[in-house]
Amino acid sequence: MAQAKRPVSPHLQVYRWSVTMASSILHRASGVVLGVGTIALAWWLIAAATSDEAYQLVQACLGSVVGRLVMLGFVWSLVYHMMNGVRHLVWDMGYGFELKTAQFSGWLVFIASFLSTAAIAVTMLVMRGSL
Amino acid sequence: MRTPISKVRGQGSAKNGTHHFWVQRVTAVALIPLCMWFLCALMFHMGNDRAEVLAWLSQPLVAILFILLIMSGLYHLKLGLQVVIEDYVNGEGCKLFSQLAVTLGCSVIAVASLFAVLKIAL
Ligand code: HEM
Repeated sequence: MAQAKRPVSPHLQVYRWSVTMASSILHRASGVVLGVGTIALAWWLIAAATSDEAYQLVQACLGSVVGRLVMLGFVWSLVYHMMNGVRHLVWDMGYGFELKTAQFSGWLVFIASFLSTAAIAVTMLVMRGSL
Repeated sequence: MRTPISKVRGQGSAKNGTHHFWVQRVTAVALIPLCMWFLCALMFHMGNDRAEVLAWLSQPLVAILFILLIMSGLYHLKLGLQVVIEDYVNGEGCKLFSQLAVTLGCSVIAVASLFAVLKIAL
């Protein structure tokens, strides 16, 4: 059938970046990252339930430099998704959806998520001398 | 007697009405305190040796919180990934397969994690 040249919706790259758009994408991305984190948590729990060897293996992976960075990424994803999730829930109750407010809360959540993650990292450094 | 219109009212493309949306919110609310607790717990117990972790997980309150976290977290994840797939995956076959994979995958992770917690705690 001759269906050439039907109008299509503009693709992602034609849009100008905005806070609200970035926070929407980050919410989804952090949610999917947390899905991977769930697997890491399951692995850790199963290893702890299984044997010393299994547990040492997880600790060696999660405790390596790469492992620690990944863990920090999981923590940021969780903090961001949680804070932005609260923003979603407030919208669902009918508040804060005006453009200016939504832009403000978008920046607020973004900055607060980094500060909280840094606070967690610093607390661990101070308390236990390592991440 | 249900008229045809009453059967379709409020039913979106997933044939589930607003149930999916609602449970996503319920699990989100449950996850707020649970994830805050989990983040604190992580700060204290990440990297500890196995004996310490086993002793910690054997406390009933800790085990209960873990069970609640795993159940609400994986249900929330399953619902969330389902929406992501609805948005991005084209083709009925692919869609069906990926939804099946998400449902089964989340169930396996949930059961495995729950079993591990119970084995340690009991
Ligand atoms: C800490 C508390 C949490 C809150 C308050 C929260 C809140 C939310 C909300 C309100 C949504 C719906 C967003 C929308 O309608 O677009 C959502 C989506 C989602 N959440 Fe969470 N969540 C939390 C924790 C988690 C965790 C632990 C995971 C992973 C295991 C997760 C994974 C997801 C995924 C994959 C989505 C779908 C993303 C999308 O459709 O764009 N969330 N979350």
